[in-house]
Amino acid sequence: MPVDLFTEKIDQNKSIEPRDPMPDDYRYHLIRQISQHAHSEVIGMQPEGNWITRAPSLRSKMILLAKIQDEGGHGLYLYSAAETLGISREEMIEQLQTGKARYSNIFNYPALTWADIGAIGWLVDGAAIVNQVMLQRTSYGPYARAMVRICKEESFHQRQGYEIMAKMAAGTPEQHEMAQDALNRWWAPALMMFGPPDAESLHSKKAFQWKIKRESNDALRQKFIDKTVQQTEVIGLKIPDPGLRFNEETGHYETSPLNWDEFYRVINGNGPCNRQRIEHHKKVHAEGQWVREAAAAYAEKLRTGVLEQ
Amino acid sequence: MTKKDALFQYCLRLGDDAVVLGHRLAELCSRGPFLEEDLALTNIALDLTGQAQLFFLYAAELDNKGQSADDLVYRRPERQFYNHLLCEQPNTDFGYTIVRQFLFSAYHCFLLEDLCTSQDEHLADISKKALKESRYHLSHATDWMVRLGQGTKESKQRAQQALDALWMYTGELFEMDDIDLQLLEANVAADLHTIRNMWQQEIAQTLKRAGLQQPEDNFMQTGSRKGVHTEHLGHLLAEMQSLVRAYPEAAW
Ligand SMILES: [Fe+2]
Ligand SMILES: [Fe+2]
Ligand SMILES: [Fe+2]
Repeated sequence: MPVDLFTEKIDQNKSIEPRDPMPDDYRYHLIRQISQHAHSEVIGMQPEGNWITRAPSLRSKMILLAKIQDEGGHGLYLYSAAETLGISREEMIEQLQTGKARYSNIFNYPALTWADIGAIGWLVDGAAIVNQVMLQRTSYGPYARAMVRICKEESFHQRQGYEIMAKMAAGTPEQHEMAQDALNRWWAPALMMFGPPDAESLHSKKAFQWKIKRESNDALRQKFIDKTVQQTEVIGLKIPDPGLRFNEETGHYETSPLNWDEFYRVINGNGPCNRQRIEHHKKVHAEGQWVREAAAAYAEKLRTGVLEQ
Repeated sequence: MTKKDALFQYCLRLGDDAVVLGHRLAELCSRGPFLEEDLALTNIALDLTGQAQLFFLYAAELDNKGQSADDLVYRRPERQFYNHLLCEQPNTDFGYTIVRQFLFSAYHCFLLEDLCTSQDEHLADISKKALKESRYHLSHATDWMVRLGQGTKESKQRAQQALDALWMYTGELFEMDDIDLQLLEANVAADLHTIRNMWQQEIAQTLKRAGLQQPEDNFMQTGSRKGVHTEHLGHLLAEMQSLVRAYPEAAW
């Protein structure tokens, strides 16, 4: 395989397209990353979907419905981008359901109050944006282009989530408490969305060489922290970290070490919602089997002329 | 009853249909048979919720008790909801979801079409906007009726079962009471008898294409005009109104 062509393109910062030669490792790395990203969008519909039927106003219900639809749409773009690498959506779903493919660990945490809908938009979508801005320049063309569309919508979600938090923080004492409680629970998991510290990160080295990844986990995490601490102060909430301090010399906020044991425990299956999320996905997929079969049978009847029009 | 009061009540009915059916569809978020259809169903939920908001904003304006559109949705008791019983029926399976949508959207399109020429301009404006969306809902549901009816043995059987079960809620769509008559007189409301004929033709045509059997018009359920519902609505409202009722002082 003319891998030299591939290396040349990478060196020149040209994007790799589906028909270009590419090393198998590159292809597998991308399939793993893009499908994981697609699954995250789709699984993420569950915790937010958990609050659609209890959204407290027509406006907030519509915003949430539209947001979750966007996330499903992101899942679609990303499945399509992964398909250009030679894997089908069915295979990807199979990998998700058998635990071979992962989704973002953040969705193994529960959405317990309406403030969680604010916290998810503000922090989870906020962290996703920091990651994804970098991915708009990732070396694989279809992935980079999907990210450009996705990033625009994610910033909407982030603002809408922040608005919910701001409103609740300024609301009744109970609302304020709910907002602070949601921040307390989502803060550390959101910081862990950037992945383990650079020193421990398994997949990072090659991803840098291939220009799939362009900034380190810790650098991205720091960006997110700096931005979020300030936003938190503005709405009168507190970052749940007694060790938080501003370092005048570096111009960055410093935080306490994160509990990575918890991260690994959750990511390996023992979080509050791991089982629930996958069971939900499997159940719905199984219930939809007859519908997909009907659609396929009907399409086949049209194709073979058994039915008209 | 003054014309304003009648119109207020009329808007509540229109809004209640949209908000309740929209809610049922919203329950299906992350539960579609495949991702594209999941999005299509929640998109209809979103449209209907948006339509509901327009009807309730207008209702709130007509009402002089200082209630907001959200108050009308989130603080009104079950016995004062006037949506058709069809709209509150649960998402038993995808067959029920589609049949319910098909029966309702066909009615909704003809109704909104008629209301586009209402003497009440505001009502006509809302109807024009809503009609575009509801036409899409009908075509989506119609496509699925045919797909299910002509798909597999199982899909046909499930669609037929849903149709048989939901049919008894269709008679109510065309009931007219004093409010309808009063507003019809003023060229504000729609004549549901005319709409019924068009609806029947539309339904018959699609069922024929789908190879499904039209159920007989036997016993028809009734009650929504008086706010008497099936047991399902109370649960739906309990969930939908839970936050507002738990924290009545809070604004969201
Ligand atoms: Fe997304
Ligand atoms: Fe995302
Ligand atoms: Fe998002």
